[in-house]
Amino acid sequence: MKFTLSWLKEHLATDASIDAIVETMTMTGLEVEGVENAGEKLAPFTVARIISAAKHPNADKLQVCQVETALGNLEIVCGAPNARAGLVTAFAPIGTYIPGSGITLEAKPVRGVVSNGMLCSGAELELDTDADGIFELESELKVGTPLAEALGLNDPVIDIEVTPNRPDWLGVAGIARDLAAAGIGKQTTKPVLPVPGRYPSPQKVATEATHACPMFAGRFIRGVKNGPSPAWLQQRLRAIGQKPISTLVDITNLITHDRARPLHVFDASKLSGVVRARMGRDGESFKALNGNVYNVTPAMCVIADDERVLGLGGVIGGEYSGVSETTTDILVECAYFDTTITHQTGRALTLTTDAQYRFARGVDSGFVIPGLELATRMILDLCGGEPSEIMVAGDLPAPPKPIFFDPDRVRQLAGIDVKPTRVRAVLKDLGFETSAEGQGSKRIIVEPPTWRRDVDGPADLVEEVARIEGFDKLPTNAPPRAEGFRPPPASVGESRTRLARRAAASLGYNEAITWSFCSRAQAQAFGGGSEEMLVANPIASDLDCMRPSSLPQLLVAAQRNADRGFDDARLFEAGPAYANTNDTGQHRTLAAIWRARPPRHWRAAPQPDIFDVKRDALTVLEALGAPVASLQTSSEAPAHWRPGRTGALKLGPKVVAYYGEIHPRALKAINVEAPALAFEIFIDALPAPRAKAGRAKPPLEKLDLQPLTRDFAFIVDDGTPAADLVRAAFGADKQLIADVALFDVYRGERMSAGKKSLAIEVTLQPREKTLTDADIEAASAKIVSAVMKATGGMLRG
Amino acid sequence: MDGQTTNLTALEAALMARVTAANDEASLEALRVEALGKQGSVSALMKNLGSMSPEERKEFGPKLNGLKDRVTEALVIKKATVAEAALDRQLQSEAVDVTLPPVRPRLGTIHPVSQVMEELAQIFGEMGFSVEEGPDIETDFNNFTALNFPPNHPARETHDTFFLDAKGEDGARKVLRTHTSPVQVRTMLKQKPPIRMICMGRTFRKDSDATHTPMFHQIEGLVIDETSTMADLKSVLIAAIKAYFEVDDVKLRFRPHHFPFTEPSAEVDVGCDRSGGTIKIGAGSDWLEILGSGMVHPNVLKNCGIDPDKYQGYAFGMGIDRLAMLKYGMPDLRDFFAADTRWLKHYGFSPYLLPGLAQGVG
Repeated sequence: MKFTLSWLKEHLATDASIDAIVETMTMTGLEVEGVENAGEKLAPFTVARIISAAKHPNADKLQVCQVETALGNLEIVCGAPNARAGLVTAFAPIGTYIPGSGITLEAKPVRGVVSNGMLCSGAELELDTDADGIFELESELKVGTPLAEALGLNDPVIDIEVTPNRPDWLGVAGIARDLAAAGIGKQTTKPVLPVPGRYPSPQKVATEATHACPMFAGRFIRGVKNGPSPAWLQQRLRAIGQKPISTLVDITNLITHDRARPLHVFDASKLSGVVRARMGRDGESFKALNGNVYNVTPAMCVIADDERVLGLGGVIGGEYSGVSETTTDILVECAYFDTTITHQTGRALTLTTDAQYRFARGVDSGFVIPGLELATRMILDLCGGEPSEIMVAGDLPAPPKPIFFDPDRVRQLAGIDVKPTRVRAVLKDLGFETSAEGQGSKRIIVEPPTWRRDVDGPADLVEEVARIEGFDKLPTNAPPRAEGFRPPPASVGESRTRLARRAAASLGYNEAITWSFCSRAQAQAFGGGSEEMLVANPIASDLDCMRPSSLPQLLVAAQRNADRGFDDARLFEAGPAYANTNDTGQHRTLAAIWRARPPRHWRAAPQPDIFDVKRDALTVLEALGAPVASLQTSSEAPAHWRPGRTGALKLGPKVVAYYGEIHPRALKAINVEAPALAFEIFIDALPAPRAKAGRAKPPLEKLDLQPLTRDFAFIVDDGTPAADLVRAAFGADKQLIADVALFDVYRGERMSAGKKSLAIEVTLQPREKTLTDADIEAASAKIVSAVMKATGGMLRG
Repeated sequence: MDGQTTNLTALEAALMARVTAANDEASLEALRVEALGKQGSVSALMKNLGSMSPEERKEFGPKLNGLKDRVTEALVIKKATVAEAALDRQLQSEAVDVTLPPVRPRLGTIHPVSQVMEELAQIFGEMGFSVEEGPDIETDFNNFTALNFPPNHPARETHDTFFLDAKGEDGARKVLRTHTSPVQVRTMLKQKPPIRMICMGRTFRKDSDATHTPMFHQIEGLVIDETSTMADLKSVLIAAIKAYFEVDDVKLRFRPHHFPFTEPSAEVDVGCDRSGGTIKIGAGSDWLEILGSGMVHPNVLKNCGIDPDKYQGYAFGMGIDRLAMLKYGMPDLRDFFAADTRWLKHYGFSPYLLPGLAQGVG
């Protein structure tokens, strides 16, 4: 919403500076987006008159003009076709910065003739988009007059952002009301004086859709003369970016911005039968004033006569019945349209007009007839004519309901102490009627004005008083500190995520945060991409699907880094993955990728492989408190993991992590080079920590007897998982065996085909007495037999 | 007698000369055996003492013992010296080039958004706020309707919402939450007042330019009890902003605004200085909008099953990415989500730098 300072001052008597007014607006809740003073930008430009224009001796398209300027008579080279003797235009002296072209004028010859300044086009002045010719001014203007003054542009334009709850701020008068209440001036909006009708209206109006258009008022005016509006009106509209059209149209636009009251004017000669508001019908369409043809639907409110749809109620008028220079008789429409229907019509047609914007937010139901009277008055003043009596169809909606309000609520809710009399005074300034509830009650009865339908409860009234009193009056007190014991503030999942994150970073991975959405193709390559997970209105076609995992984005990011020459990315993301759209479909994961390249070091270092990411996965799991010793390893994994080089870490049936290499097919699908190591931890799959009575740890069991170790080597089938062997050895004597470490894997000449040797070191921890040779023999025998039974292997000789 | 004494002197001189000459442990040991061993020259003389007369023994005995002691000591000392020298030589020969680089484990980094979230959890945790959570894919009811955004109201359009085709229990299309406020709704629906919570997480709006990304992070705060006022809101925010920016002199400006879910509503600006081309929080005469806040709208309480005649409270919401930019100086929001390793290493935090009030949140 834009308006000029002088326009505001028509409604507000104040001596305050523009800065003080802006500050008051800000602190009253009117968010000022900007204040533009076009005059400042135009300061170097003045009015000049071309005395003569002659062809440039060396250029066909240029003229050499003698120009009467503020600096005396000057010779200026000009390329504009409209440069001619007698033309009054805009002049810029040497040294001027031209806003439209971004250059600063220098005195240099143009094809051999020195130009002592410049005559400017509207585009160069950024006043309009016309770049074809120089600006044409009224011929009676005095040479040397500042251009801003000549154009009436030395008037600051204030641009404010109006929140949807305050449609009354979509008119200058409404803004002045709040500013006056805030104490920066006195509201001087002139009362609307009714214009008596001279005859019954020959044009009937009706509303046949009272839910969409509760009231339709109209007035016939005959004998008007339409044409360009007077300079002051054109200037006022131009200053706020509105294009002047004709007096009748300009009047409606002025009232729209002055009183937040849209109106429409029909050329009465185009109307046949009753003009009524009704719902649209399938198949109907009309050509609107913006040149577009709109198909209407039964959900839209149209204005129609007996023959055709004339326009969309509260949204836009039609071309057919629009006024023109030849219009003499008119119907002025002033109606009340439903907010929701107007809003939906605008959305359905992606059409926002000044009228639609206001009706969708709600216009003042108390200003339907006054708005029509105001328009009549202006039309008579500027176009002449003779008005009919006003015709009204339908009824106004009920006024807002009164609110029973305890003025002490201001203190209770906002924390500001305001006396009850002051509360009532503030509300009165804002247009609310207040009265005492009666004997023995502290409460007052507050009737909101018809333009404040956003106010429907005590909290709204507290806001009104607090913002006019000023939020700067809010006191501060000592902020509370937590006292005593509180349960840990973060959830288990959140705490575990934090630990996992720090563990992964300490292992050399850089934490990234990537979009929650990816392309459907990426999602499909990683086990997702179902219909359910698609974003209906994605911001880009490659971000159209909720991700099943952050792996694809991390892999793509690593590739992007590699393409830039940083081919060693180790990235992780501790973030959500989405399995379905239910509340439980989102789970916490920590996914990590390692673009492992051959290490180069003077001490030979092994090429990172699956066992490095397995180590990292286990380290992170241990850091976040997972029972690492109880994890079982299996080789099952989803299709985007490389078979034979992927492991799953499981707790019972639940997979808590995958680690290994990404399947080359999945990498190809997302255009990432192989190989890629990765692991993905499913934080929510871990069991909740057991509830314990206290924080105390069990006592330390410190055995005096020394542990001893024994080595065993077994020959097993090549396909036998090492974990099976280790687990069997562990289980052979749970009391005695403290650790089993696999320290050698051998395949080769000394093995028969399809066999391998696995060697383990078993630690025996005696508990009550030193082990005898016989004890050790017995334990060894148990281990060998357990392993043989579990793996079908044999002790290596 | 004299002859024997002379012989002793000569023997001692000869032995001592050989001790001096010896330069390794083996020859010293050989010398010790030759002189002091069972068959050694000195031992032979000791054995002779027995056959001497008492007078001779009285004179010759102490001299011989003195010789034995001195040779023994000389051997011990020389042995130690030789051992030292041998160790020195060995160590010298085993020297390496200490300037060679070791194989070092790489240290990764924590994303600034994660770091800032932990800082905020510390700050609000100390003020008694719990941390609540909710999903990113929300129902229309939780994201809008319960928060007093009427269906078909223009206020909804200010949110540039992403929709999914899937429908929620409320029959409306599910949305990617446009703010963290639905977590307020979830918390109020499952928990009775007093409530004192924050929530942090991903939020989504269909918007993209230098200062907007389609995904960003918000922190949301909610307090519901019987007495909290807007003044309490202001006090908590001042304390939090001071703690977060680690400055004592912070000005906050509350500006009236409109949010459907609060009444009264305020946008809050923080005092700053833009004169150096960067934004410095605290000093200066400029204002920077950092958050939206207000007293929870009675309709929201009602929608969440809380009696608005008994309970009241406040809510606030801030952009976490923006807070991170203001404190740590990242110039462009889009870089936060680009996973450029150069950026992550430069703006990321050591995993050992744990935000905590004891050591400073940042």
